[in-house]
This record gives sequence, structure tokens and C-alpha cells, in this order.
Amino acid sequence: MGPQRLNRRDWLKLGAAGVAGVSGATLLDLAARGGARGALASVGLLPAAAGHEAPRSAGAPSAHAQEESAGVIGETGPPNGFDPGAFLTDFDYGRVATRADGRTVRRWEIVAVDREIEVAPGVWYPAWTYNGQVPGPTLRCTQGDIVQVEFVNAGSHPHTIHFHGAHPPEMDGVVPLVQPGERFTYEFEAMPFGLHLYHCHTLPLKRHIHKGLYGAFIIDPPRGRAPAREMVMVMNGFDTNFDGDNEVYAVNTAAFYHHQHPIRVGAGDLCRVYLINITEFDPINSFHLHASMFRLFRTGTRLENPELTDTIMMCQGERHVLEFELMYPGMHMFHAHQSEFAELGWMGFFEAVPGLAASEGAPVHEGYGERA
Amino acid sequence: MSDRSASGRASSRWVLGLLPVFLLAGMVALFLRYDPTEPFRAAFPPVEELTVDRVTFPGPGMLRVHVVNGGPQPVTIAQVMVDEAYWQFEIDRDPTLPRLQRATLDVPYPWVEGEPHVIRLVTSTGLTFDHEVAVATESPRPNARYLGTFGLLGLYAGVIPVLLGLLWYPFLSRIDRKWVHFYLSLTVGLLVFLAVDAFEHTLEASALVAEGFASVGLIVVGVMGAILGLRAISGIGRTRGGGNPPSGLTVSYLIALGIGLHNLGEGLAIGAAYSLGEIALGSFLVIGFALHNTTEGLAIVAPVAREKPSLKHLALLGAIAGLPTIAGAWVGGFSYSPLAATFFLALGTGAIVQVVVEVGRLIQRSWPEGLFTPLNAVGMLLGLLIMYGTALMVVA
Repeated sequence: MGPQRLNRRDWLKLGAAGVAGVSGATLLDLAARGGARGALASVGLLPAAAGHEAPRSAGAPSAHAQEESAGVIGETGPPNGFDPGAFLTDFDYGRVATRADGRTVRRWEIVAVDREIEVAPGVWYPAWTYNGQVPGPTLRCTQGDIVQVEFVNAGSHPHTIHFHGAHPPEMDGVVPLVQPGERFTYEFEAMPFGLHLYHCHTLPLKRHIHKGLYGAFIIDPPRGRAPAREMVMVMNGFDTNFDGDNEVYAVNTAAFYHHQHPIRVGAGDLCRVYLINITEFDPINSFHLHASMFRLFRTGTRLENPELTDTIMMCQGERHVLEFELMYPGMHMFHAHQSEFAELGWMGFFEAVPGLAASEGAPVHEGYGERA
Repeated sequence: MSDRSASGRASSRWVLGLLPVFLLAGMVALFLRYDPTEPFRAAFPPVEELTVDRVTFPGPGMLRVHVVNGGPQPVTIAQVMVDEAYWQFEIDRDPTLPRLQRATLDVPYPWVEGEPHVIRLVTSTGLTFDHEVAVATESPRPNARYLGTFGLLGLYAGVIPVLLGLLWYPFLSRIDRKWVHFYLSLTVGLLVFLAVDAFEHTLEASALVAEGFASVGLIVVGVMGAILGLRAISGIGRTRGGGNPPSGLTVSYLIALGIGLHNLGEGLAIGAAYSLGEIALGSFLVIGFALHNTTEGLAIVAPVAREKPSLKHLALLGAIAGLPTIAGAWVGGFSYSPLAATFFLALGTGAIVQVVVEVGRLIQRSWPEGLFTPLNAVGMLLGLLIMYGTALMVVA
């Protein structure tokens, strides 16, 4: 819309609401570029606007003022069904038994329930959950273990649990559909080691996934991995107004949670992140670490020859194991490198603390042999 | 004795008059107590409706959102996004807004002069309500400079053109009676166009009013209010004049009043557009408005072409028709409300409709051949075409 096209009627409209029939694409594009830049600068992601843009900017609030103004107001509370901080380092090894042939059997019960969850402070979402939480519990076992998952559907729609990894097709969680009130036990041998995923595979698939039916499934290598501070991060999003586009992005559901509550790790300690992308609607998500580089083990299925990078792009359903040390003490930001996702909730901080005791911050996992 | 029985009859009349009202109140109370629609109200999320009346930019790094809950149920504003980024904000009241409650949100966002911004309100149920600002620019504050600027705008667009139009008076007073009626008919054409134009603007403004305020009802009240008001004024004039039909001067005053109400709405639009920075694009538009409005002066003086009004009357006519533009520009520039705009535009529409009726009657009374002689019909058509032509100039 150029000035020459502005007629009397348009003028009145402008006056009436401050709305103009500006081409939507141009407007969103401009808005996203203009807005994102300012906000990112405000939280230290990007340098402040370049010189040639400065004259167009309407004044420059102090860096401090901006720093405090980005993000949400309030905090996501405990009624969320789980504590996002606790979820980060909570690995569920199941009930362990030894079979007559000497093999380890791990048994879990997972119940699908409908539940409202708080995805950003004060914003509630009518989710479908595994065990009342989104993401579902992080199931962890060792290659060769016998996995038994007793699935109970206490929700209002038919659901399943589809595991990534190798197993017989009848244990794949596509059929049978588990109707509300019914149950089904999935049983298979855990293999191969790596970072896997589980989610509902009932049609319509998109809705069953974005409503919250997913979780992390870790199969440890037979000899384990090196001791490290371990964390699980499930990159997800929520379409709160059901328009086919996410309004909230996060790792582990709660927008800006680790922005408000930085993850404490020891400076120089080995850190390991089990990173999964289960974002719906957007084909890709990404992870970017500030002020350090990480070693990338794709799908966690190799123990050697990692790639060294600080940004990784992941398709829906893709997952990787990341290892890094934060050499410099202080705040290290991490976030999606899609600025939009970052500013809609998917950003946080690691706080590298010199000499942090192993018992403090994100817990240290001693590797194989530590567990029963 | 008879007095007492008379007062007794009066009180029983009151009881009879109020009985249905009491019964209705009782029924409403019963309905609310034992709501029969209860079973239909399952665990559905509430129907939420938030309307952003306007967004202002009080200064660098700050924007202010004026919002109203126009829906049937309370709405809780949980978060605010600007340009697809969550941003902190302060709200001037509890974030749960009851029906028809207004609230103001201050968002410390580093907005960019001259660029568009999108504000999105996220409610506690995750619903979102968007508002687009086409061009961000610092909002004017009511100081001498802005009052002066808006005053000048109103002067250029409204007052001066009307006064210029009045200068046709000497010309009209010197021409043949037949041609006076031609110009009166032309006036009818001008005014009919103006009425339709005003109604269109009314509908446009009403589209932005929050649903809960029932803007269509408000339009009916505004249009009919103006018609009835002007009829009542002309009726008073008639009673004072011993039952004679209103003089040309009275009709001129009615026209001036009607056009004044119309120009008030136009002024609101000019002021609001200015506060959004659009005026920078459009000194051309002010010229268009001026051409358009000059014809309004002609409409005012045509009925008094055969009378000899004093200069004082002419000046007063011009003031009544033109000055509201300035008042409208002031109000529109500093505190625009779609609700108020809808009402004033509706008022202007009704006023002009009534004025058309009065001018038509004036012609019919003083011209034996009636309103629709070929010459008069040409006049009306020409009036419509002139307005159409000047409207094209506003398009610029």
C-alpha cells in the first residue's frame, strides 16, 4: 500500500483502528525482522542494531531496561504436573527384575490422561499426556535389557505408544489402537543403543503428537558413557489457539523456564544433553550453545568421531546426544537459532560455576555400573 | 375526598403499569437461579473476545495497548507478544477483565519509527487476539503545538471551505428563481451523496467496535436521534413562527447543524489519522477534503438565496458547519475511540438525511411545479456527480 493508493475510506480506517490493509506478508516479515532484532539485542543474543539502522530506531532504551522487558511475566508454577527443573535431570529406569536366563527386565506403567497443563505463565493448554506430564517420563535402559511397558489408556481418545529403535512390528505401537479404558503391554529387547523417542501413533497423528503424547527413550551403550552431568531436553511447541501454528516453544514444555532458572553446572565439567525435537507444525527446530562448542553424536548411536559445532538443525523426530564443557564461568545462553522460537519461549541459560560440587546443580551420572 | 380517590386511582395505575416489569424481573431471577441451559454447558472453554481499541506510542521504547473485553464472559490476559516475541507488560488493573471492562497495558518494547508492529494478546486459555499497527509513530500529546496543528487542519479541511462556499450567496441572490431551485436541487444531490458517504464511514467505524457494545443498535440510536432532534428543533421553530413552514434561514441553520455534525465525524478521522503518522503522506488529502467541503457551503446558502440574511447570520452558519471539524480533529488526535466515532458518524448521517428532507420540502413549497422538474432532476444528478468528482480528488 503506497501513499498514492490511500483513499478517503482507507484513511478513515487508519484513523479508526490503526489497522491498514498492508500486505500481510510484508508486514509480518518487517515486523519479525524489526522486532526480533531488538529483542535479541536486549537479551544479549545479537549485537545491538547495526549503525545504518540506528537512525530509524525510536530511541534506544538502556540495555538494562531491555534485558528486563523481554520474555513472559510471572512463572510457570508447580501445577504444571511436573517441575520442569526436576524433569530435566529425571531419568526413569523402571522397576528392575532379572529373568531366569539372567537378563535384566525393566518394567514401566504409563497411563494416558487428559490434563490441562501450564505451558507459559498463566497460559493453560488442554493436553493429552503420558502420566499426567508433558513430555512423558524419560525411560532409560541399557542395550539388551528387556523393556516392558504396560500402557493404560485413561484418556478420552484411543492412543498407542510407538517406540523408535528396533523391535518386532507387532510391538511398534501403530496397531492395535488402545481404546479408552483398555490396556496393552509393549515388550521388546532394547536395541540399538542411542537416543530414541516414544510417542502416540494414533491418527490424526499431528493432533495426537502436538497435544503432548511423547517422551524420551534412552538406550545406554553396554559399557555406558563417560561420567557427566546429564540432562534431557525435549524441544516442543504448543498451538494454544489451534490455528496450526505454535504460540509457545520450549524445551520441556515451560516457556522461558531455564531463562528464569538457569541450569547450574560446574565450569569445565563434562555435560551431556539428550536432545530431542518433537515440535509439531514447524519442520525443523534447532539448538545453539553460546560461548562454547559441543560434540555432536547423531542419534547417540556412535561413541566416537563426533562433529564439533555450536548449532545443530533437527527435523521433527530427530534427536542427538550433545557433549560439552563450559570452560568459562558465567552465564551461557542456549536457544533455538530460529529467533522466532527463541522469543516465543525456547531459550535458557547454563550457569557455569567454578568448583561446583558433584552433588550440586545438574546431577553427575557415573556411567555404566552406577545403576542397578 | 375526590382528590384522595383520584390519587388512589393514580397509584393503582402505577401498579398496573409496573406489574409486567416485576413479573419479568421475577422470571429473570428464576432463570438465573435454576438455569435450564446448565446441561449444555459442558467443560467447554469459555467464549472469549478481546478487542484492541487502539495502540499508542507514548515515547521511545514503550507502547500502550488499550483493550476491551467485548465478549460475554470474563477474559484473563496472561501474556503479550509483540512481533511474535513474548514481552513483559504492566496492566493497570487485575488481568481478568469482566464483560465490557477496559484495561491499559504498558509494554516496554523498542518499537521502530515508521515500521509496522503486530501486538498479540494471549489469554489464560491460550486464545490469541491480534492488532496490527501499520505505521508506528510517537503519539501526540495535547500541548499547544499539537492543538494548533490539529486546529489548522480542521480549519483547512472544514471551516475555510464552508466559508468559501458561503461566498456564493451574492451570486445566488442575483439569479432567476428557476435557477435558485436548480441550485437547491443540486444541494439535495450533494447531501444525498454525503449521507451515503457518511453511512459508509459509520459502518466502517462500527466494524472495529468490540462486539459486546452492539454497534448496530448504536447506529440506529445515532441516526434516529439526529433525525428526531432536528425535527424537534424545526418543530419548535414552526410553533414560534405561528405554524408557518420554516423559513429559508431556518432551513439553512438546520443544514449547517447537520453538516456540522457530519464534519465532527470527519474531524475525528483526520485527527486519528494524524496521530498515526498518516498525515505525512497526505497534505494532498487535506486539499481534497477542502474541495469536497466547499460544496457544503453552497448547500447552506442556497435556501436563503431569496432572503436577505445579515452577515452575522452567514458567519454563524459557517461556524456551526465548520468548527466541529476542529473539535473532531482534537478529540480524534488524542483519544480516538471506535465506539464514540461510530456514534458521532451515525449522528452525522441522520442529520444529513433530515436536512435532505427539509430542503426537499422547501423546494416543494415554493415551486408550484414540484420537486422533480427536469431542471431540478438535472441539478440533483449534477450534485451527485460533483460530490463523486471531488471524492475522487480525496483519493489523490
